[in-house]
Amino acid sequence: MTIQFKDESFRGDFSYANSPSNIPRFPFPFPEDEYMYSTNIEPHHAARAGSPFENAFDVDEHYVAEMKDRALVLAEDPGRCQALPHMETAGWDFVELVMVSKARDYPDLFKLTMDGDRWHWINKPLQIDDTFTFGDSSTLPCHPMEYIGRQVQGDHAILDQRDGNLWLDAGIITAQADWSLDFDVGMNFFEWHAPVPLAHELGVFQRALKFLLTLPQGQPSRRLNWTLTVNPRLDTSPENYPKWGPDRMTVTPENIGEKVHLRVELQTFWRLPRSNAILFPIRTYLMAMNEVVTQPKWARRIHRVMRDLRPELVEYKGLSRYHPILVEWLSQFDDGAPTSPGIFPD
Amino acid sequence: MSASDHLIPVVVSNVVEVNPIIKRFEFKHVNGDELPAFSGGAHIVVEMLDDGTKRKNPYSLMSSPFERDQYAISVRRDDTGRGGSKFMHEQVRPGMEMKISAPVNLFSLDLRAKKHLMIAGGIGITPFIAQMAQADKLGVPFELHYAARSVSQAAYMDSLADRFGDHVSCYCDDQGEGVDFETLLSSQPLGTHVYVCGPKGMIERVVETATHLGWPAAHVHFEHFLAPPVGEPFEVHLVKAGIDITVGAEQSLLEAVEASGTPINCMCRGGACGQCETAVVACDGEIMHNDHWLDEEQRASKQLIMPCVSRFRGKRLELDL
Ligand SMILES: Cc1cc2nc3c(=O)[nH]c(=O)nc-3n(C[C@H](O)[C@H](O)[C@H](O)COP(=O)(O)OP(=O)(O)OC[C@H]3O[C@@H](n4cnc5c(N)ncnc54)[C@H](O)[C@@H]3O)c2cc1C
Ligand code: HEM
Ligand code: FES
Repeated sequence: MTIQFKDESFRGDFSYANSPSNIPRFPFPFPEDEYMYSTNIEPHHAARAGSPFENAFDVDEHYVAEMKDRALVLAEDPGRCQALPHMETAGWDFVELVMVSKARDYPDLFKLTMDGDRWHWINKPLQIDDTFTFGDSSTLPCHPMEYIGRQVQGDHAILDQRDGNLWLDAGIITAQADWSLDFDVGMNFFEWHAPVPLAHELGVFQRALKFLLTLPQGQPSRRLNWTLTVNPRLDTSPENYPKWGPDRMTVTPENIGEKVHLRVELQTFWRLPRSNAILFPIRTYLMAMNEVVTQPKWARRIHRVMRDLRPELVEYKGLSRYHPILVEWLSQFDDGAPTSPGIFPD
Repeated sequence: MSASDHLIPVVVSNVVEVNPIIKRFEFKHVNGDELPAFSGGAHIVVEMLDDGTKRKNPYSLMSSPFERDQYAISVRRDDTGRGGSKFMHEQVRPGMEMKISAPVNLFSLDLRAKKHLMIAGGIGITPFIAQMAQADKLGVPFELHYAARSVSQAAYMDSLADRFGDHVSCYCDDQGEGVDFETLLSSQPLGTHVYVCGPKGMIERVVETATHLGWPAAHVHFEHFLAPPVGEPFEVHLVKAGIDITVGAEQSLLEAVEASGTPINCMCRGGACGQCETAVVACDGEIMHNDHWLDEEQRASKQLIMPCVSRFRGKRLELDL
């Protein structure tokens, strides 16, 4: 299987789009016709050939374009990549995990040769061919987390574990759904989750933290999270709010199908071996509503979910402005027929 | 899912009698593959097939975290125990195949520390041997204070003093030596973290002294080598499985649940990690909470139990399993 990487943009003319064959493999986030927060964590096992759950780190047709967008963000704002001094070992754990996984899962795209600590890494899609000494940051052009973070889709946070909590002590975050690394760096699990409504009362975070603190090595987990974004923009950071906030005013019943995108985060959790830290990849998938509704099951279900979404979530996710128009527009695709369980299209 | 669903097949590559009560066991992957990387303070769970009984005991890794071709553990023989350590001492020989879990670390170094102060009592030395290799490589100052009952029982004392020189201070009870915790803890530079592993009394004294001297709780770390306590046999009803099981006097509740074939999570098997936490559906009697996981309020509520170490006495216990 060779992947045809697309030349496309996530800003300016927004030429990003999914190929027809890429649509059915989208990680649709609603297993049922209604949605509420829950501790929705499951083992990150290889599942369903062709799905984004098949490999440890999914590579798709947007890989090269996403990495270009990341480079643009980092050039403008180096603060999107930060690591406290004690997080260097964790950075190397991250390098190892990504290189070993990608070389194993996509041997036609990535190649890793290890001769003791002397590693040779070839990343064909990005035309990288580097040799370095594992564990010695002076042999890389930058911090190990930044080096590998520029070569893997999705944002990455690294959590240090101590005092029975997790601490957001490092991250490379350029495609976030309205939260700021600069603001959250150094915070613990409860502190950075403070703005989330309802979930605290449900005990979601208490349970999730207990689970993560004992996450074993070699047994990663995953969960899906979602929001909506106007235009296929990856960088919806608070720092850049003036650039994307006003987009929400541009939504009309006529353009809603192409403007509003379902934004899904495939979040995975990995225990890192040498640092005992947790790696938290947040892989974002974007799909225009016009593309979502090509799958009849998804079209029916997303209408029902959006129609019945709790007002607190509409508000927190920043959908208030166009939520009623969206529900109205989606209703044309819902004939009331029952939907099958699970997230995959029929 | 439990860590023990993902066991690593290993072969015993070496057994060394360190002293009359302690033996060291070295393991290699059966295929000669590299073993998972780990951090100092991590332990593995060793599965022992002892004449029809399956035992699983946690042991700290003492080999260097930078060595991936083999692991080493040291086991203290405990003749009053249920037989895990005895099995290791009497039955395990080089060439034997065994299964171990991937490493789990509930006692890791705080990588922000300006200095690591390590205090070991007896067999509690094992996690520190790996931690010292790590601190040494990272170039962070560290100091080990290691106390043992007697010179003959002081495993690795000489080799550690040789390897790490001034970083190591040794104390033997039979020589009238002992650690002066008050002086030690009051003379540390700002940003020091203290770690203690050893007998219960030692851990308590270090924690008390540190608290009394105003050390921040986040700078004080400890690990108990807790073994599941034995007691009277008791009956338990597993609601989801719809069965009744009996927990034997020398069996833990976790072991009894596993023996019945009912799925249950676990990791440390020592009341520390929280994985085995189980909801209590009904309880007419008293739960003996022996774990380090539940807080006072949770214990009093009688709604949760940690089956790896806790027991029950009374009329009826029903669990959500
Ligand atoms: C995180 C962790 C790391 C550990 N690391 C190490 C290590 O590196 N090295 C090491 O040697 N050990 C270590 N241990 C302890 C180890 O797991 C075992 O508990 C120990 O080896 C004893 O096992 P056992 O099966 O022989 O005895 P167990 O049955 O576990 O018994 C241990 C104790 O229980 C009591 N007991 C048991 N049966 C009876 C009875 N019938 N009557 C009265 N009292 C009884 C006794 O006090 C006995 O000493 C560790 C434990 C933990 C939780
Ligand atoms: C350990 C790694 C994790 C990190 C770094 C992380 C980080 C974040 C951040 C930064 C936010 C945005 C908060 C804001 O509004 O500023 C968030 C939201 C949220 N997180 Fe996490 N999180 C983690 C794990 C989890 C887990 C395990 C759960 C399990 C339930 C969870 C559930 C949620 C939920 C429900 C939201 C609200 C999302 C929404 O409605 O869009 N998080 N998280
Ligand atoms: S298995 Fe770790 S607390 Fe019970």
